[in-house]
Amino acid sequence: MAAGKRVIVVGGGLAGLSASVRLAEAGVAVDLFSLVPVKRSHSVCAQGGINACNEVARQQGYSEYEHFDETIYGGDFLADQHPVLEMANWAPRIIDLLDRMGVPFNRTNEGNRDLRLFGGSLFKRTHFAGATTGQQLMYALDEQTRRAESEGKIIKYEFWEFLRPIVSEGRCVGIVAQDSRTMQIRSFRADAVVMATGGCGLVFGKSTNSVMCTGAAMSRCYQQGAWYGNPEMIQVHPTAIPGADKLRLMSESARGEGGRVWVPRKKGDTRAAKDIPEAERSYFLEERYPAYGNIVPRDIATREIFSVCVNDGMGVNGENQVYLDLSHLDPEYLTKKLGGILEIYEKFVGVDPRFEPMKIFPAVHYSMGGLYTTFTKGSYNPAEARTKHKSGTRPPLGADIGLGMTVGAPNNSMTNIPGLYAFGEVNFAYHGANRLGANALLSCIFDGLFCGVSVVNYVNDTERKATTELSQNIYDGASKSEADKQQRLLSTVTSGVGPAETSPYVIGKEMGDEMTAACTVVRTEARLKQCLGKLAGLRDRHARMRLPDGSGWTNQSLAYARAVGDMLIAAEALCQGAIARRESRGAHYRSDFQSRNDAEFMKSTIVKFDARAGTSSVEFIAIDASLIEPTARTYGKKDVPTSGAKPAPAMATAS
Amino acid sequence: MNFTSSAPASGQTSKAPAKEGRTVIFRIKRCDGPGKPSRYEDFAVKVPRNANVISCLQQIAAMGITASGASTTPVAFDSGCLEEVCGSCTMVINGQVRQSCSCLIDEYAPNDGDVVTLEPMSKFPVVRDLWVDRSRLFHALKRVQAWVPIDGTYSLGQGPKESHKNQEVRYKLSECMSCGCCLEACPQFNKEEDSKEWDSAFIGAHAISQARLFNMHETGKQLASERLDVLSGPGGVSDCGNAQNCVKVCPKKIPLTESIAAMGRGVMVNAVKKFFGR
Repeated sequence: MAAGKRVIVVGGGLAGLSASVRLAEAGVAVDLFSLVPVKRSHSVCAQGGINACNEVARQQGYSEYEHFDETIYGGDFLADQHPVLEMANWAPRIIDLLDRMGVPFNRTNEGNRDLRLFGGSLFKRTHFAGATTGQQLMYALDEQTRRAESEGKIIKYEFWEFLRPIVSEGRCVGIVAQDSRTMQIRSFRADAVVMATGGCGLVFGKSTNSVMCTGAAMSRCYQQGAWYGNPEMIQVHPTAIPGADKLRLMSESARGEGGRVWVPRKKGDTRAAKDIPEAERSYFLEERYPAYGNIVPRDIATREIFSVCVNDGMGVNGENQVYLDLSHLDPEYLTKKLGGILEIYEKFVGVDPRFEPMKIFPAVHYSMGGLYTTFTKGSYNPAEARTKHKSGTRPPLGADIGLGMTVGAPNNSMTNIPGLYAFGEVNFAYHGANRLGANALLSCIFDGLFCGVSVVNYVNDTERKATTELSQNIYDGASKSEADKQQRLLSTVTSGVGPAETSPYVIGKEMGDEMTAACTVVRTEARLKQCLGKLAGLRDRHARMRLPDGSGWTNQSLAYARAVGDMLIAAEALCQGAIARRESRGAHYRSDFQSRNDAEFMKSTIVKFDARAGTSSVEFIAIDASLIEPTARTYGKKDVPTSGAKPAPAMATAS
Repeated sequence: MNFTSSAPASGQTSKAPAKEGRTVIFRIKRCDGPGKPSRYEDFAVKVPRNANVISCLQQIAAMGITASGASTTPVAFDSGCLEEVCGSCTMVINGQVRQSCSCLIDEYAPNDGDVVTLEPMSKFPVVRDLWVDRSRLFHALKRVQAWVPIDGTYSLGQGPKESHKNQEVRYKLSECMSCGCCLEACPQFNKEEDSKEWDSAFIGAHAISQARLFNMHETGKQLASERLDVLSGPGGVSDCGNAQNCVKVCPKKIPLTESIAAMGRGVMVNAVKKFFGR
């Protein structure tokens, strides 16, 4: 069946590893490329958990369908709906599989998997392993990958950097990659290529992302003709710890387990947190969103925190920070449920959050947007879209496989370039304009497992010529173009202190600062246009850049400088998407267009790159909204000012 | 909502705050590549508040000159998550192996002119500067078959039920991020560049502990005997000299010595079983 067929997987996080394992199991040879040893991929940073309908929640009225409904509503009706339905239906199966792989999920007294509350849901539907769930899921898949590797089914190329896809006669037939140690550049043949390279947090300078999450790999596909979908949809996580090198995530699970967000009711209150009595604290999320309280979705929590600090000047000590308070909960309970993240706070801030409230502020966290992908609808196609599902009521359909997407259809999660797939965070699907907490791990593994079968079917289609029969010239040409590009960069080497104007590090930093200032929580056309101007200037400076190291061995500044060029192009696409979307939806908030405009913009943003001109152009294309009718996304908000309002009653703790 | 009265009122340290705007000297052991000589270079870094070794290395990368003003290249180093869950940025700092991301400068160098020495791990071959090749560490995980031999990725229902107690032990063991601290600190684990020797040289605490992790899982147990066979062979548990350095340097506080003891017992029981042909 799959004899002689090879698939390249780029990226060794949850999406890449689950795809690799699935492909290997189907008998397809896998070449797995990763910038880092796969066990160290960014998925390890995910903390809180993974969502799935489960037996307890089901008996309380929850269903896969409600998970689907929550995800669509949470994403502010921007996601294509059929793929989300399929993902929600698969979620319990994915948990079972991870369980079989040995993930140490937290347990109940009887030995069942324990559950916790997470944003955007009124049901406990989040499975977790301490507060390092991502790490634990990663390790389970890393182990299965190692097993397949030791059986010769997967070949790993660790410390290799993806430089570009090779597109020939309209389809993807391989990649060019570089060994980051020896600096060898070479091309690789493949019958299909799966991009599983994550998000682009580093475009914003400091974020919650790992150092390799530059978005450069995505940008390199974009520059070869892949479409960039919903690039403007960037999730700013409400709770992160500010730091000099990165903004460390403080998981939503802290709020799911009973953590409360507050600021002193009196502006400029200088008392220590514990000296401020209950009545003089504003638990603004609980006051404004009585039903969801501290577990409103991320974009909403972020905007409220931002508004309290930046607009009202009510931040703790007048700075951009609010309290995230766990100190009212049992320390032992906290250690058991949240140990991993509490340790991070203590380690990096030097304060024990079990006894003193944490100081946090929003940070860029996740890219809902990414490479545009397609799908084949499944068998559930109602005559008209249903109204929003009433929480806790009987679902209109079961959770059979194939209701949302057609199992094994070759175009599932395939980009507009045949043979080039996008899985996980780099795939623009599933999360619409805002991702719900604990849905990311799910979408990564779902892509790998479910759409992995699509890749198998694509490469086994005998209509197409196997890439082993293609001319070597195609591959030599592609690797030569990358070698030439590298040579150009190396020819600029200046030792010592070069001018800041042309330093790749300075250019990278200025890009991050500008993108954070213009393109995060509150956006306006005027500011975004100014940002575009700045990016154009940076691109010009990048073209004149001086490299600080000419070494032909393990040259990290060369890799960084090259990535900055690709990040600038992605940043420009992102900024243009944000300008074109003249509405507010989910994470994308335009103060000059504050309401959602379904008539014009309940559509996917598609940005295309013109390689000749080096420019991006934006268009909007229809989405599949055939299952649920859009409704206003309010989460039951009430208008309550930060100061002067009556304090809300304490939230029941989760223990 | 209970608050234990024995708990300290505050987790804040009582140390004097580090001086703002001070300059710290980073003395870095550099090497241009395998087989090349090593040298030390000093870099003067003006450290901002909350700086850690990584944020300083990022500054150094952009500087291009040493403390004495000589031109130089950016220092190569390995890094990833920057929150101590990926294991990438392990190095030897002031003689102690640890992750550099969680190494706070305010603690290590509170005064103007303080020196922080950064060296690559000595038990692995250097790729360049502070970046080492830890392939051997991952190879060890293959040796002990550190995985659950599942029947494949199709839907086959739930995994085995598990007690709280078992889960808590497994979770702790499963936090191992393959950073290599335990190997760097171990007097029995020596640098071995020839990968042909890796199957007979000491496997190290991390892999022994992983064997224990999978032997504790209901399905993982199926390979228990094979894992113990590896640990009873050359480079197995008996090579441990009981220095107990591993457990002291483990950033995740994994009970490595308990794992070694447990696997030592397991190896014995396994041998007895085999002797009686069971």
